[in-house]
Amino acid sequence: MALDRELVGRSYPPSAVYEVGRAKIAEFAAAVGTDDPVHRDVEAARAAGHPDVIAPPTFAVVVSLEAAFVVLGDPDVGLDYSRVVHGEQKFVHHRPIRAGDRLVAVTTIDAARTVAGNDLLTARVELTTEDGEAVCTATSMLVARGA
Amino acid sequence: MTAEVGTELPEQVFRVTRADLVRYAGASGDFNPIHWNERVAREVGLPGVIAHGMFTMALAGRAVTAWTGDPAALVEYQVRFGRPVVVPDDDAGAELTVRGKVAALLDDGRARVDLTVTSEGEKVLSLARAVVRLP
Repeated sequence: MALDRELVGRSYPPSAVYEVGRAKIAEFAAAVGTDDPVHRDVEAARAAGHPDVIAPPTFAVVVSLEAAFVVLGDPDVGLDYSRVVHGEQKFVHHRPIRAGDRLVAVTTIDAARTVAGNDLLTARVELTTEDGEAVCTATSMLVARGA
Repeated sequence: MTAEVGTELPEQVFRVTRADLVRYAGASGDFNPIHWNERVAREVGLPGVIAHGMFTMALAGRAVTAWTGDPAALVEYQVRFGRPVVVPDDDAGAELTVRGKVAALLDDGRARVDLTVTSEGEKVLSLARAVVRLP
């Protein structure tokens, strides 16, 4: 079905708090194969000017993609989940994500269009701390391939 | 590290095996079976198990952070997932080659790096761009 342009600008309620742990950052860093000590060693991170270990640049997706998927649960969107693929991803880091961060995600539909039978939906996820400090803007373009 | 328009980043070659995909699935929480189950991947029309697009994006980002020497210097990063990286069920896995070039010097001591990411000679990411803060 064609996506309704009226969806553009729609925002969803804030997510539950995601608390970033040192072990999760170390696990993610190992999975993407980076051995930079700022991801594992608090002293190395502090020496580099960070209050605690920092996450690799794409770690934000651990929180943001699930937040972007709230749009798929919106009955007005009506995308067929089984046909959805990840089309594009963008991160704008306002500061690195670090251990101890208590992150909240707010998702907004930035664009919705249908091209050649495929539904293209762009979801922007603003990750902030619980106190409202901007951390990362993660934008995902989801594609539901036409039947 | 010097950054002028046209400066090329050192080429990086990564190998991606099924074990890497399982590890990334666990770390990222993305357990879509097309990234570990051959049967499901073929049922949805793929040639086989494919790498998570976000894993490919993470590896390509390593070519940038290896060049800057500081993961926090990568302030903006975007990709379009063009073609899937098919990962065979063997010890060698798939090969991913990442090249990068400084495309523009921006305000505030930042530079835009354009990436070319290929597997088996085919581009797998398009519009892959990073903005880095220069030291």
